[in-house]
Amino acid sequence: MSLVEERVAPITAESRPATDRTKRGPWLRLVLLSGLLVLAMGGFATLFVHGALDFALPRRLTMLGAMAVAAFAQGVGTVVFHTVTQNRILTPSIMGFDSLYTLMQTLLVWVFGGAAIAQTEGVGKLLAQTVLMVVFATILYRWLFSGRFGSLYLLLLVGVVFGMAFDSLSTFMQRLLDPTDYDMLSVQLFGRLSTVDASYLPLAFAVCAATGLVFWRRRHVLDVLLLGRHTATSVGIDYKRELTLMLILIALLVALATALMGPMTFYGFMVASIAYQIAGSHRHSYVLPMAFLLGMFTLVVGQFVLQHIFYAAGFLTVIIEFVGGLLFLYFLLRKGKW
Amino acid sequence: MGTVVATTVPSRLRRTLLGLTALVVAGLVAASLLVGGYEITLSGLLTDPVEREMLLVSRLPRTLALVFAATAMSVSGVIMQMITQNKFVEPTTAGTSQWSGLGILVVLIVWPGAPPMGRMFVASIFAFVGTLVFLGVLRRIALRSSIIVPLVGIMLGAVVSAVTTFLAGHFDLLQSMSTWRSGGFSGIVKGFYEPLWAVAVIAAIAFVMADRFTAAGLGKDLATSIGLRYERVVLAGTTMVALATGVTTVVVGFIPFLGLIVPNAVSMLLGDDTRRNLPWVAVFGVGLLMACDLVGRTVVAPMEIPASVILGAVGAAIFIILVLKQRHVVG
Repeated sequence: MSLVEERVAPITAESRPATDRTKRGPWLRLVLLSGLLVLAMGGFATLFVHGALDFALPRRLTMLGAMAVAAFAQGVGTVVFHTVTQNRILTPSIMGFDSLYTLMQTLLVWVFGGAAIAQTEGVGKLLAQTVLMVVFATILYRWLFSGRFGSLYLLLLVGVVFGMAFDSLSTFMQRLLDPTDYDMLSVQLFGRLSTVDASYLPLAFAVCAATGLVFWRRRHVLDVLLLGRHTATSVGIDYKRELTLMLILIALLVALATALMGPMTFYGFMVASIAYQIAGSHRHSYVLPMAFLLGMFTLVVGQFVLQHIFYAAGFLTVIIEFVGGLLFLYFLLRKGKW
Repeated sequence: MGTVVATTVPSRLRRTLLGLTALVVAGLVAASLLVGGYEITLSGLLTDPVEREMLLVSRLPRTLALVFAATAMSVSGVIMQMITQNKFVEPTTAGTSQWSGLGILVVLIVWPGAPPMGRMFVASIFAFVGTLVFLGVLRRIALRSSIIVPLVGIMLGAVVSAVTTFLAGHFDLLQSMSTWRSGGFSGIVKGFYEPLWAVAVIAAIAFVMADRFTAAGLGKDLATSIGLRYERVVLAGTTMVALATGVTTVVVGFIPFLGLIVPNAVSMLLGDDTRRNLPWVAVFGVGLLMACDLVGRTVVAPMEIPASVILGAVGAAIFIILVLKQRHVVG
């Protein structure tokens, strides 16, 4: 016991005065980005309206709502994933969470038929789908992260290839579906920002708020997890329990984001990496909001620019994939030099 | 890697296994000739001219295309694994296939009416450039661990795919691209597969050059010191891989993981002698691809599931097993 106290004591003693000095930095950055984001959102909602504002505004607000959910799910989800898995390269999407979601959806339609899925409407259906996804994701990724894979890269490779296998399996099963079932499935799978169903948003917001609350209340636990598995265990944190809980929440978020925006491999990675750079602190109380704001900012500005300057509104996700993919390669290669 | 592994399988058992494999593959080829929407029987072939024509116009070209494509991708896998000294590299895990896909799209945009030869030429050039980019990136990584090399390749491929999707969407060619991607072997009839003969030539050249690739697989320093012009062999290998991948991609689309599974399986059985292995690599590759294609043809008949989809799922599973197995060997 005394050993633990000795270990912890110097850390807190050192960090107290330091936080006082640096506290204003991260806060200021958050406020600044929030201000920019509000400006961008205002511009997105009201500028370049051809015709009646009454018609355009609700649609744009729905889009903003969807963006908020996607940014929260991918940005915050990725940061938490990085923390509990103790690396900054793997993300849920890169490890095949998105593909797993697609596979689960396909499996559901394949087993029960599209008609059965269509009849059970609303919250119950969404819950059933999400539970299925969460159960499988938690089992699979708990196994992957149980520490049996010595190397991070090995883990990454296995995850990536898992994703490829899931994609192929989904395609295989989709080919076996009859066309009506396939239509129903494709509506669910390939969410697009511009065609989001507004009636889903309240539920999505509720889920985001609930998970956000859990993350926020555990932000200090997450901070400790950053110190490594052994340190965290030695100060009395049940690592396995935290890992499982966080993986469940992350699976939930990814299911949401994929349903709303379609699969995006590198978006979460990009947002999280930039958030670490500009948050000015390692504390989750700054990094988590920063990731959310940054994710939102990227989507709003990106969509605005594409829609009004390049007239290529549908390609935001593809461009994010491209930029994020390059960034990921850069990180991978830089890591390789160490 | 690079060392001749003392074979663990006793030689008599090995010979039986190889004989059995050859028999099974021959059976699969025969099945591929007979299975399909139009019923063809052996007795019918002797009496019915329509059946004979069906065989010559559709089944035979399809079966030959399968044989050539499988050979091309498996042999490409062997060559790439020698050049990069890495067991997990093959055209789809190095981005080569994705680059040739981009090449096909560029032809569709710039020169919509291009003849197949033109498309193959451009696709091969893109595959060549892509492979060089991959090799260039590899040279810049200090840590060329066997795991990180395929990762870099897969990520490069993903980025190239994103560019392809964006361009295709921009020029309203998404549908053409997805038709091409999921086409597989179903559209192969007489007059469409002939370019694949070129691939057979490449396989023959690979057999002739096999010992040089084995030497190159020892690494640049060692290969140079035993008198090999290392850079030349690497360039020749890259060109052959690019041509084989380019031609195959244009005619039948992506064939994922084949070049990875087959050479590894053959190495486990026979050791690392490239010249002795190459014919068996071709035989195993043909067998695997043929089996996938036959499954795809029969499960949802009269429709089809592309062999690449089945191979993608099966191949990924085998890939993971191989990676994990290697980890046990190392540590």
